[in-house]
This record gives sequence, structure tokens and C-alpha cells, in this order.
Amino acid sequence: MTQSTAQVHPAQAPVTDQPMLVVDDLRTVIQTARGPLKAVDGVSLILRKGEALGIVGESGSGKSVLGRTIMGLHRTEGPITVTGKVLLDGIDVQALERKQLTELWGSKVGMVFQDPLTALNPVKKVGVHLTETVRKHRGLNRAQARERALELLDLVGIPDSRRRIDQYPHELSGGMRQRVVIAMALANEPELLIADEPTTALDVTVQRQILDLLDRLRAELGMALILISHNLGVVAGRTDRVAVMYAGRVVETADARSLFTQPHHPYAEALLAAIPDLDEPPHLRLAAIDGSPPDMSAPPPGCRFAPRCRYAQDDCVAVAPVLDGPGGHLFACHHPVNAGSLPDERGER
Amino acid sequence: MSTTVEPAPAPAPPRPKLRRRRTDGRLRGILGRLVELVLVLLVVSFGTFALVSLMDVDPAVSILGEGYAAEDYEKVREELGLNDPMIVRYFDWLGGALTGDLGQSVVPPYHDVVDRILAALPVSVELAALGMGMALLFSIPLAMWSAYHAGGRIDRFVSAGTFAVLSLPSFLVGLLVILVFSNTLGWFPRAEWSRLSEGLGDNLYHAFLPALTIALAETAMFTRILRNDLIGTLQEDFILAAKAKGMGTVHVLFSDALRPSSFSLITLMGISLGRLIGSTVIVEYLFALPGMGTLVIGAANTGDYVTVQGTVLVIAVIYVVTNALIDLSYGYLDPRVRRSHV
Ligand SMILES: Nc1ncnc2c1ncn2[C@@H]1O[C@H](COP(=O)(O)OP(=O)(O)O)[C@@H](O)[C@H]1O
Ligand SMILES: [Mg+2]
Repeated sequence: MTQSTAQVHPAQAPVTDQPMLVVDDLRTVIQTARGPLKAVDGVSLILRKGEALGIVGESGSGKSVLGRTIMGLHRTEGPITVTGKVLLDGIDVQALERKQLTELWGSKVGMVFQDPLTALNPVKKVGVHLTETVRKHRGLNRAQARERALELLDLVGIPDSRRRIDQYPHELSGGMRQRVVIAMALANEPELLIADEPTTALDVTVQRQILDLLDRLRAELGMALILISHNLGVVAGRTDRVAVMYAGRVVETADARSLFTQPHHPYAEALLAAIPDLDEPPHLRLAAIDGSPPDMSAPPPGCRFAPRCRYAQDDCVAVAPVLDGPGGHLFACHHPVNAGSLPDERGER
Repeated sequence: MSTTVEPAPAPAPPRPKLRRRRTDGRLRGILGRLVELVLVLLVVSFGTFALVSLMDVDPAVSILGEGYAAEDYEKVREELGLNDPMIVRYFDWLGGALTGDLGQSVVPPYHDVVDRILAALPVSVELAALGMGMALLFSIPLAMWSAYHAGGRIDRFVSAGTFAVLSLPSFLVGLLVILVFSNTLGWFPRAEWSRLSEGLGDNLYHAFLPALTIALAETAMFTRILRNDLIGTLQEDFILAAKAKGMGTVHVLFSDALRPSSFSLITLMGISLGRLIGSTVIVEYLFALPGMGTLVIGAANTGDYVTVQGTVLVIAVIYVVTNALIDLSYGYLDPRVRRSHV
């Protein structure tokens, strides 16, 4: 697997340039009442410093669990097993003690959450959300931390920051709250930001503003970004590379241009066809894909997309396709679409 | 999670106007609260007063003792105002109560009721407060530990332990506490009380065991209720967000999770505190302490209805006022409540 991830950036990654993130054959198994659930099932990724990666897939495909596993952060302290490797700027996240992890969280890697209504503590003022993290990581005193908090509110474009800083989250609009969440994640200028559906819960007009803000901040701070969304349209034009996830696996990954113009996996093709207009209400059922993702505690054999795939043949159900492909455009499919652009041996349909 | 399609923010009205309206609303809310409180207190005081008519004693007989003359009997009843209509007697009594006069005990040595209450109340309040404080001190860390490892071995152990304590009657808990700490270990005295005026150390030393007895049952209850609420809170996104920005476990538990999880606990505490001041009876009895429970039981046994009325009234007022304060504290716990006119 390490071999195949190395192919992701054959030319782009010189040996001396340590990647921001290396994920190798990552598996996250959650023990549930219905048995073990493989939420992430063998994912490999590489992200260079300053690069933006989009992770796209329907709800339930394991994007959030992947994002959290990369940080070594889980929603519960319950039984979760992680195998494989995550190297964050060369640091093996799996091997860290809890205390070392908390040093990493919020300083080297930050996270933005889907729902700004729930990601802020209702009983804490806006300012406290920001000051506590800079005081912890930068050892600032109260006054310095407050200055920094005001600076951050300005940075994320919250007007009237001197008043806002002493307000409670419920006194702010959804968009403003998401800006606060972003400010919170950026407070210590992390090198990697993981934004998990940062605009899904927002009004469409606000969505674009928040995405533009993330874009701008990434450029200003030179950080790497993982932008997670169920909507390919959200990552379009804002990411260098895109990974499409289905049922816990990456089924196709390529540089953004190549994926948008020549998707090879039927699922990626369907997602592309299903890009909702940014002016539509979010969370509409993807029109172009019938059926729903498999039950992850009992995924189908072979290609997991086969039961919903209109190109599926017998071998799809029998043998699981491996993620492979020419020139950094990898896909896991026996019968890829847009095969004309592929070298001969995989081009049969 | 519902998708929130945010309504376009309404154009903000000019600020000063908004401010004034809010303050008015809050003021009206508090005034409404006060009126409500006064009404409740009136009902409670009337209930307390009427209670005596349920007591199977004739106050005049209590005073005269056996073998009285009929005209003496009538005279005493007249003096006590017992022949007046009940409503008149009630307002007489209430008027006295409002000016700090709850009458005199009808049995020798005819103490002033207010004096007796002033002597007994600090004992009960101290026991209740200490018991409460101890219970919080034990239950908050215990609930956090349990909730943080929900479903794990620690959690199951705590759950079984608290259940066991809850299923023991409090006199048994008291007896066990006395047996262990007083009789066997000999660390603490029993059947002695030392007033606060005689020195804090001595006072606390004597109050420790009874307070512990009270605290044990309360701890069990607090732990269970706080654990459940904490488990819910720990699932919240803002907890994950706090972890994700590097806050340590202790910070997350105390600074992020505790306050949003303490609504049920605060409510329960209010009920317990009010209740305990009168119902430390068993503990006061076991440890022979001169508190409100001992006072009211003694008075009831001797037919001293004036003392009973006064004592019950004070306990009821404390109960009602405590719970009103608890209601107000929700505004502190959740700033969102503050807006809704409490
Ligand atoms: N804490 C958990 N307990 C049980 N199942 C979970 C938990 N977290 C995630 N899952 C399951 O893991 C799968 C992937 O979830 P998630 O990563 O949230 O999907 P996505 O973010 O792509 O919508 C889903 O089937 C979900 O039900
Ligand atoms: Mg998700």
C-alpha cells in the first residue's frame, strides 16, 4: 500500500520535502451494538505542505471518522480500534500519548466542524473560546490572549469584534458562529486544517462566503487544508487534489482538474452529475444515484458500489477492485468510465 | 441534525430601543416572580396554620393540664383567641410572624418560639449545607470519572455502589457511620454538639459525622443524575471542538461539560437543601443534635402547637425561597435562558 501511495505524487514530492500528512492503509473499526463497523477501511493519502485536498462522498461514507482518526481524536472514549499509519509532519499520531496529542491538537492541526450551532459551548462567551486555546498553546496572559482573540475575529471577518467578543454564541448568526469556529481552529496557526463539511449547515449565501474565507486564510497562512464535503461542487476550484470516498474506502483520487474532467469511477461520475446547485437547499438527496450506501457493519462483497452501479458485471461482485491507475489518477474499478483516456490494458469496457 | 436554513437576518432595530425593551422585559419578569413568590408563601403559611387543626390536640388542654375547671378552660380559650374564626386567627398569627413574633410556647418553660428556632436553625442549616457541600465534593468528580468511562468497569462499579447506598435507609447509614467512625475507629464523637460560636474547628469536628451521614445518600443521588447528564453533554460537538483545539481532559470536563450538565443537579440540590433542613430528623435523633427536626418532633409530642406552627413555617419559607433562587440560577447556567424573561 505504501508503494501505491507513493505514486500519488510521483514528480511533485522531492525526498527532502517532508509531506504534511501521510496516511497509510488506515482502518478505523468502531464497536457498535450490531458488531464491529469498519468506518474507515484501508485509506491511504498524501498531502504536501500548503496543499488542499478535497474528500467527497455521500453521508455515511466515513469522511468524518477519517478526519478524526487523522487527528487521533474520537468522539467517544469507547472501543475504537485504529490500524495503519498516520504521519502528521513526520509525527506518528498513533504512537502519541494523550497528553502529547493535546499539544498537537489546535497547534499543528485544527478542525472546523459541520454545525456551528453545536460546535460552540452555549455557556461560554465568544472570546473565551478563543483565549483558552491561545493561552494553552502560546502561554499568553489574559490581556495578550484577548488581544489575540480580537485579532482573530478581525481575521475571519467578524465586524465589530470588540462587542462580539463578549457575546454568547446564541447572539450570533449561523455564519458568524462558523467564523468563530474557524477562528478557534486557526488561533495558533496550524499547518493543517481539517474542515469537516464547514458549510453544510449554512444558508447558501453564507456558504460561499465561508468557503472563500477558508480559501483566503489558507493562502494567507500557507497551511494545508482537508476540505470534507458530500458535495463535489464545494471542493471544485478550491482544492488541488480530490479523493472520492465510498463505504469507508477511497474509490478514486486524482488532481482536481483530472477528476472533474475525466472521472473514471462510476460513483465519481455520478457524484459529478449530482452536484447540487449552490443555490439549492443543502442535503437534497443526490438525484443521479439510486439506492443508498451499504450498511457498514455488513458491506457487500467485491466492489461495494456494485449493487448501485449501472455498469456492474459479474466480476464486480466477485473481486474487489484495487485502487490503482496511471500517473497519479487512481481509481478502484474493473470497468471505468471515460476509458478512452486510459492506457490500453485498463481500457476495456 | 436539522439543516438550518437561516432566515435572512432581520434588519437590526436601532440599538438603544432594543436595550430598553429587553430591560423592561427582564424587570417585569422579576416582578412577576416576586408576586408569585409572595402568593406561594401566603398559601404555605396558611397551610402551616391550618395544620394545627389537623393535630389532635386541644391547645387549651395542653396548657391547663388534666383536671381543669370549665370556666378556666373557657378563659384560656378566649385568651388564646381560639374562639375567633380561623381566618381572624390566621391573620393575627401572620401579622405576628411578619414582625418576627411567632408567639410563645404553650408548655413550660414557655420559651419564645423565635428564640427556640434561632437556636435550632443554625444546627440544621449547617448540617444541610455541610452535607450538601460534601455530597458535591464527592459526587462531581465521581460522576465525571464515571461518565468519561461510560459503560466501562469504573462506571459499572460506581453505578452499583450508588445504587447500594440509595437502597439503604438513612438510619442504617447513620448507624453504620457511627459504628465505623465513632465506635470502632473512635475518630469522632457522637451525641455531642459544639456551636459555631465555640470555635470553628470544634464545631466542624462535631458536625462531621452527621453531615457525612446526610452526604452519603445525597452523593449517590447527585452522582447518578450528574453522570447521566454528563454522558449526554460529552457527546456534543462543542466537547469535540474543545478537545480538537487542545484543551486537556480535566479542562474539558470542568470548564466545558460541567455547567451545561448541571441543570438536573441544581434542581435536585434545591429540593434536597429545602427538604434536608426539616428532614434531618433521623440524623439529629441518631446524633442527639438540637436542630429543627428535634425541635418540631419534641413540640408535636407535647402538643406545643405554637412551636410546631412556627417551625414548620420557617422550614417552608426556606424551602420556597431556596427553590426560587435555584430558578434564578438557570440564567447563570445557560445564558440563553436569560433572554426569555426568566
Ligand atoms: N461513534 C460512532 N458509533 C457508531 N457508529 C459510528 C460512529 N461514528 C461513525 N459511525 C458510523 O461510521 C460510518 C461513517 O460515519 P461518518 O464518518 O460520520 O460518515 P460521513 O462523515 O462520511 O457522513 C457511518 O456508518 C456511521 O454510522
Ligand atoms: Mg460527516
